[in-house]
Amino acid sequence: MLLLFATSLLIEKAILVLVLFAITLGIAAYATLGERKVAAAMQDRLGPDRTGPFGILQPIADGVKFFMKEDFMPNSAERWLYILAPGAFMFVACMTSAVIPWGTELTLFGRPIALQVADLDIGILYILSFTSLGVYGVMVGGWASNNKYSLYSAIRASAQMISYELAMGLALIAVVMVSGTLSLREMAEQQAGLNWNVWYQPLGFFIFFICALAECNRAPFDMAECETELIGGYHTEYSSMKLGFFLFAEYINMFIACAVIATVYFGGYNFPGVDPSWLGGLMGPIVMFAKTFFFIFVFMWIRWTLPRFRYDQLMHLGWKSLVPLALVNMLLTGIGILLFDK
Amino acid sequence: MQPLTHRSRVVVNKKMTFWERLYLPAVFKGMGVTLKHFFRTLFRGSNTVRYPEQQRPFAPIWRGWHVLKRDEEGRERCTACGLCAVACPAEAITMVAAERQPGEEHLYREEKYAAVYEINMLRCIFCGLCEEACPKEAIFLTDRIVPADYVRQNFIFGKDLLVEGVEPGQRIDVSKRQKHLTEKAIAHS
Repeated sequence: MLLLFATSLLIEKAILVLVLFAITLGIAAYATLGERKVAAAMQDRLGPDRTGPFGILQPIADGVKFFMKEDFMPNSAERWLYILAPGAFMFVACMTSAVIPWGTELTLFGRPIALQVADLDIGILYILSFTSLGVYGVMVGGWASNNKYSLYSAIRASAQMISYELAMGLALIAVVMVSGTLSLREMAEQQAGLNWNVWYQPLGFFIFFICALAECNRAPFDMAECETELIGGYHTEYSSMKLGFFLFAEYINMFIACAVIATVYFGGYNFPGVDPSWLGGLMGPIVMFAKTFFFIFVFMWIRWTLPRFRYDQLMHLGWKSLVPLALVNMLLTGIGILLFDK
Repeated sequence: MQPLTHRSRVVVNKKMTFWERLYLPAVFKGMGVTLKHFFRTLFRGSNTVRYPEQQRPFAPIWRGWHVLKRDEEGRERCTACGLCAVACPAEAITMVAAERQPGEEHLYREEKYAAVYEINMLRCIFCGLCEEACPKEAIFLTDRIVPADYVRQNFIFGKDLLVEGVEPGQRIDVSKRQKHLTEKAIAHS
């Protein structure tokens, strides 16, 4: 009996992982099209519209292009690290989505299925640790290319990611103080209705959002891909699908970052007047994805508005503004909890 | 020193105020601008011309690929007088004249015609002096674009590429260009 239960749980989780993986890849692929469409609209253009109606086959065409291209490797490259880096980057990007609760429960074949791959008690720590692992893909890729520009870019990227992780972690600590849990599931449950964390943590949200932009290597913090200074950044020497992996993983990172923002600060699958258990539990994921897509749009909106920060400005902002602000935010949160909660 | 233009400005490297150093007011202002454009494109569409399907009409002053006209009966108008070649500042036009033989009256309008007529499209500067020089209204510049090629030799356009077809469907309409030239001539006289 126990064995049967364990097997069915395993199958259930395996299917959930596969579905989530497929959705993540699909969204990342269509985020590239969305990015180009949003950019086009903001610049009074049309964007890709030749592949299928409204260009909806563009991501497939892009993917085919990446596979068909010559897979070139520089002679002096560190062979195994060079191959490892894009895979590692992609792997880490895909891993992060495991702890995000996409909805409450889905009832299928009379069984309740939790819409979360792993309900870890330390969900937030898991996300932080995996986003910090992401820097290895960039660093190893830049190092293994044996190109000075790639190396510069990799160093910049890792310095940037490490600096902004600090402020990001400090901003998250304030949320943990408010909600009293590290589990993302519990955090989402606490934010039922309109009881969202962002009302308690506006400054924390703001800091987290900026740090998320920097963590995803998105404009205005896309230091690693400074074309004018660093040619193409850490993936200068990459071609074919290895380059595709790097670019693709960045979109996955953006999707996950937006999902985390939605879960931690904007109530996850909760929306006032909408019960996440409607439609047999599908309402939760719908609300969750709607919020995530909104934040993806905001990410793109920012990218097509703001110019890139200079490297020293970036470091100044991270260390001299965001970290102190996050500390002040923590202090204020502590005072708030002392005054109002007890 | 006296400035040569009224455009010169003194550069001021003033320190940013606290409000400016926050970046945020400027950031939100900029995001407002892009969002306005986003919704305008979304609801009103963009001004993009979808090129191969949708083509903009050329202006009557456009000067492109030359045509050697035929008259209403399909006879070549060119009489190989060479005035266009003389007028050509780029010396792009060459021709070999020939005498019309009996029985060729349906091919050539005048008693003399151009057996060979070549324009080097790489030399041509598309100034339109040839059509102004032509006394027979035989050569016109049209709104067709001279296509690109890989070989220099292919840019020397002979009669096969210059003379319009006999059939009504193959005729090349130059009425707009003719009207423009007449107006220009009147304005200058």
